[in-house]
Amino acid sequence: MGYFHRHRQFTPYLLLAPGILWLSVFFVVPLGFLAYQSLQSGNFDIGYSFTWAWGNYWDALRNYHGQFIRSLEYAGIATVLALFLSYPVAYWIAFRGGRWKNLLLLFIVAPFFVTYLIRTLAWETILADHGTVVHTLQHLHVLGAGGRLLATSTAVVTGITYNFLPFMALPLYVSLEQIDQRLLEAAQDLYASRWKAFVRVTLPLSLPGIVAGTLLTFIPAAGDFINAQLLGAPQNHMIGNVIQSKFLELTDYPAAASMSFILMAAILVAVALYARAVGTEQLTGAAV
Amino acid sequence: MSAVAVTTQPKRDLLAAAWSFVRHHVLTLYSFLFFAYLLLPIAIVIAFSFNHPTGKFNYTWQGFTWDNWKYWDGVPGIRSAVVLSLEIALLASLIATILGTLIALALVRYGFRGRAATNILIFLPLSTPEIVLGASLLTLFLNLNVVFGFWTILIAHVMFCISFAVVTVKARLIGFDRHLEEAAMDLGANEWATFRKVTLPLIAPAILAALLLCFAISIDDFVVTYFNSGSSTTFPLFVWGAARVGAPPQVNVIGTAIFGVAVIGMVVNVLVQMRRERAAAAA
Repeated sequence: MGYFHRHRQFTPYLLLAPGILWLSVFFVVPLGFLAYQSLQSGNFDIGYSFTWAWGNYWDALRNYHGQFIRSLEYAGIATVLALFLSYPVAYWIAFRGGRWKNLLLLFIVAPFFVTYLIRTLAWETILADHGTVVHTLQHLHVLGAGGRLLATSTAVVTGITYNFLPFMALPLYVSLEQIDQRLLEAAQDLYASRWKAFVRVTLPLSLPGIVAGTLLTFIPAAGDFINAQLLGAPQNHMIGNVIQSKFLELTDYPAAASMSFILMAAILVAVALYARAVGTEQLTGAAV
Repeated sequence: MSAVAVTTQPKRDLLAAAWSFVRHHVLTLYSFLFFAYLLLPIAIVIAFSFNHPTGKFNYTWQGFTWDNWKYWDGVPGIRSAVVLSLEIALLASLIATILGTLIALALVRYGFRGRAATNILIFLPLSTPEIVLGASLLTLFLNLNVVFGFWTILIAHVMFCISFAVVTVKARLIGFDRHLEEAAMDLGANEWATFRKVTLPLIAPAILAALLLCFAISIDDFVVTYFNSGSSTTFPLFVWGAARVGAPPQVNVIGTAIFGVAVIGMVVNVLVQMRRERAAAAA
């Protein structure tokens, strides 16, 4: 038998080595460098030195807590919107899609085929000051005479919701598609109304999809800066905008690095809280 | 029966019928509205690729023209940006798919120490915000005094594509019938021959899917590239720069072309799948 057979215990490591090496050197090690950078002091001209400068973290929180909170807020609102907008459609494709399911899914992922920046620019066109949407809203007195959508938080949240919607819709569809329809028939046979069958059977069974979709939408949304940059005004800027400008325009690396870590920590805390909330809900659901 | 009742009766029926139609198809109607919402920005991108802007802003419709398509590279810098994006996407998807397929094989086929840690390492880049991925890699390159450009972009793209490739190929390998390989070995094929003649052809669709997925993610990436490109410009970076002064319609032309190629690829894929399913049902 061949070499691989004689040295079977090494085979998996040989297969793993190149990819894992790449991820270690260009993903794990950089995170270490980012941590190292975040505790340095100095400035770009005289150079930076490592001084355990925890003050960077306090400064970041003191000066930019508004942007941090706004990032979580925008991402949270966009995630909830995406969930409510796409759940009915995921449900419709899963249960009524029939042989057209794959084609309908193609519609869901279609936005991903257009370059992210270009589809965000398209929203700039849609929400533009003299566009149809603004005129209609002004006509309906939802917006005042000089009211605008661009450069508002509404525009930023609209953009984020649209851009990450497929991340929500796809996992929802996958979990709904796996539901055994006979369970719903059984619920109705037992005199559950359609609404009750949905609340007691379909919704709990689709929970894994809701959890996955929520995380897949919330995490990238919280770190986004493109929507705020293209559709918002400076007062709508998120923490991503600050990190980006500190790194690439102001070359204030330690501040930017500490903000990146605070962002990661904030996302982790939000996700953990969410996981706990969903977990306990599942527990009470099982107990009832 | 009064005359009034006679004339209003059919109207009321019509209204009731309409209401009952809406009530029974509310989900369908909503879904169509939702699809319209999803496709509206895409329609605008395509439409404005044919716009004939008078000023430098391509925001309002001015008139139809083929010129933007004819002179798609009529804007300085756009051609080299598109070429760089294609080069990076091609190389990055190729490297990431090879590395990812090997990892997927190890994870599905072998029990080994460190398997759980490997799974976490694969999962982490997927759940880290892009800005952190980009920023940390930038810090590494800065501290090592690496020159930013083609190679730093390529390294970054392979890095964030690997996990997607692993996940895609793994999904296919898990549903894989190992008896086919055992049969090949029983018939005297060695491990390498078995891999080449049996395993590879069977997981080829998944490898192709991983390639396409990585290509699509790479060519669309802005954030990580923005942090690690130096003075090189990929197509998304070009759009970003152009957006500050008003993006020319040529940007929409390239966007439409990428969209068109992706849609054709997906439709072909769906049709092939449907045909295969029908063939399998007939057999």
